[in-house]
Amino acid sequence: MEKVKKRYPLEEKFIRHFTGHSDEISRHDLPKVSRMRREAMKDFQRSGFPHNKMERWRNTDLEGIYETDLEIFDREIPYEKQLSEIFLCEVHGFETRVLSVLNGSFYSPETEKLTVDENGVIVGSLARAMQEYPEFIERHYGEIMEQRDGFKSLNMALATDGVFIYVPDNVVVDETFQIINILNKPSLVINVRNLVILGKNAKLRLLHCDDSVNHHAGFINKVNEVFLDENAELELYKLQNLNDETALLNQTSIHQSANSRLKIDAISLNGGMIRNEIFDLMNGSGAWSDIRGLYLMDQEQHVDNQVNIYHNVPHCDSNQLFKGILDNEATAVFNGYIYVKRDAQQTNAFQRNANILLAKTARVDTMPHLEIYADDVQCSHGASVGQLDNEALFYMMQRGIPFADARMLLMYAFADAVIDEISIESLRINIEDMVKRRLRGDLSICDRCVLHCSNPDQPVIFDIDMSKI
Amino acid sequence: MLLNIKNLHVSINGKEIIKGLNFSVNKGEVHAIMGPNGTGKSTLAAAITGREGYEITKGDIIYKGQVINDWSPDKRANEGVFLSFQYPIEIPGVSMTNFMRTALNAKREYLGKTPISAKDFLRKMEEKKKMVQIQSKLTNRSVNEGFSGGEKKKNEIFQMAMLEPELAILDETDSGLDIDALRVVAGGVNQLKSDKNAFIVITHYQRLLDYIVPDFVHVMYDGRIVKSGDKKLALELEDKGYEWIKDQFDN
Repeated sequence: MEKVKKRYPLEEKFIRHFTGHSDEISRHDLPKVSRMRREAMKDFQRSGFPHNKMERWRNTDLEGIYETDLEIFDREIPYEKQLSEIFLCEVHGFETRVLSVLNGSFYSPETEKLTVDENGVIVGSLARAMQEYPEFIERHYGEIMEQRDGFKSLNMALATDGVFIYVPDNVVVDETFQIINILNKPSLVINVRNLVILGKNAKLRLLHCDDSVNHHAGFINKVNEVFLDENAELELYKLQNLNDETALLNQTSIHQSANSRLKIDAISLNGGMIRNEIFDLMNGSGAWSDIRGLYLMDQEQHVDNQVNIYHNVPHCDSNQLFKGILDNEATAVFNGYIYVKRDAQQTNAFQRNANILLAKTARVDTMPHLEIYADDVQCSHGASVGQLDNEALFYMMQRGIPFADARMLLMYAFADAVIDEISIESLRINIEDMVKRRLRGDLSICDRCVLHCSNPDQPVIFDIDMSKI
Repeated sequence: MLLNIKNLHVSINGKEIIKGLNFSVNKGEVHAIMGPNGTGKSTLAAAITGREGYEITKGDIIYKGQVINDWSPDKRANEGVFLSFQYPIEIPGVSMTNFMRTALNAKREYLGKTPISAKDFLRKMEEKKKMVQIQSKLTNRSVNEGFSGGEKKKNEIFQMAMLEPELAILDETDSGLDIDALRVVAGGVNQLKSDKNAFIVITHYQRLLDYIVPDFVHVMYDGRIVKSGDKKLALELEDKGYEWIKDQFDN
């Protein structure tokens, strides 16, 4: 007799929600999207949530979240006040165009839901773009991220909104776009989706922030699809600073056409459970990518970086550098996968993961995984797990620098290789400052809330008036 | 008396390396410590500077009248003890400028002074760089990273000049130096020498002592100072080698 897999109540809840609210979920859909939702839900019913018997989930256990009673939230939130009244982003000092996503839906006044500027750059709500620019949705939506596991299926089935960005051919966007994702209601689970399309020779810098404004639990299941046409260039900075009760699953898939360039800097400063999945699909010859990450975890936090590079054609270069510092009982996973397809000759693919464990109880699982089917390639991988260099510590102390400061300097120096790559100077200085404060133990998510509550255990919550929804 | 070491015993991992050493240094003096490999010269430097893992099992290190056996390395440094490392450590990601400024300000804070201004700091850097003929801009270079052997040793003397110690220990500063670099390093030391500070020069060879002339020469063997004299002793050692010392004390 076939063993029947036990379903988690949360899985049941998702399935029921899909059946019970299908009209609402599909209200802005193109037929293609509705069809994809139904297929995805079928997949999810078969697969359920990923579990740690699966190779890619072996060291990240989400059981705790599966067991949490979370509220599925997928409704539009009426615009009442500027997001800056709820949340003041730490990263300032330079001009960004802020795109806010509150509890999974694009949050702006009606007039700014979807805007087109004089260069034809379209920015705004993904739900709105589905109605107004169906051609982009037809071409790219759901085409870049494969349905690899239950979370991606779930997202495909249930996500209704997020950010849409389109930069036409030959347009270089001067401004930095900044997506700010926040949850401000207790115990929400949201499925959110972003779609970024860069035309030929287009250029964009995008800062993607995930933040908490309070100490509530939550679960964000996010899928980002990025399409880079020939010679396009994207700089993507991810800044993750979430409370310890929040789980973030951030899944990004990038289609790289010929000679496109991709730079990713992912900085995880805080968060109970963060998993970043990157699928870099090098589909056009001459594509180039440099993907870096820094994670600073302590207490019982967990971070998981899954970086997958697909060299599908010849003459592409990829580089991965991920660095982490872990204290207390924190755990980290790095899984670096490089795939070089048959005949993808003249491939250069490099990967490195370095970790410092500050405590014996901290743990890292680092796994390089190379699959190479071409013969004219240069690939390398390296992983290290160590402690702070005692020789260097003594050297510094011998010059009069107290232990705590010497330790901090060394940790900061270790992190610098990732931060140093940030090309926007004011952003780099901001992030340097945040990293320093994080290493000092001064950075709390509460610092970043404009309310500056005197009692961080009972932060003020901007409740959404449910009667208005 | 600046430094007074009494019946010092030091162990590493339970193994005794220094076995009852007596040694004292006054301000204005230069002491050379010579001796064959593995006799405890570098261990002595480590014990004076407070390196972890070097356990003082007996005896006292008295510096400026206080027993410093339990002092942390940074406290000793801020009280004026400096070690020029035999193998200077590379610290990628920490710029020389940031390192020196942090060190200088740590000392100032220890002494209850306000931090040095950026202008004064840069002026001081330039002045001391000249002294040891460092041409490169240190601003963007990480501590010792990619430095040649000679540059590393010059950098040690540069740091010494910046921090102005009262007791400087030079641990085989001459090793790996060509004659030109040796002159520069020795020239730096001679400029810093005054009646307010003292130097302990650890070396195998007489060569360095042609440039940094010692007031006293001591020979270490098997964890003790077994012979002391003036600079002529160094010449005698150069001439006879260490075998006669070994023969004398092994029996």
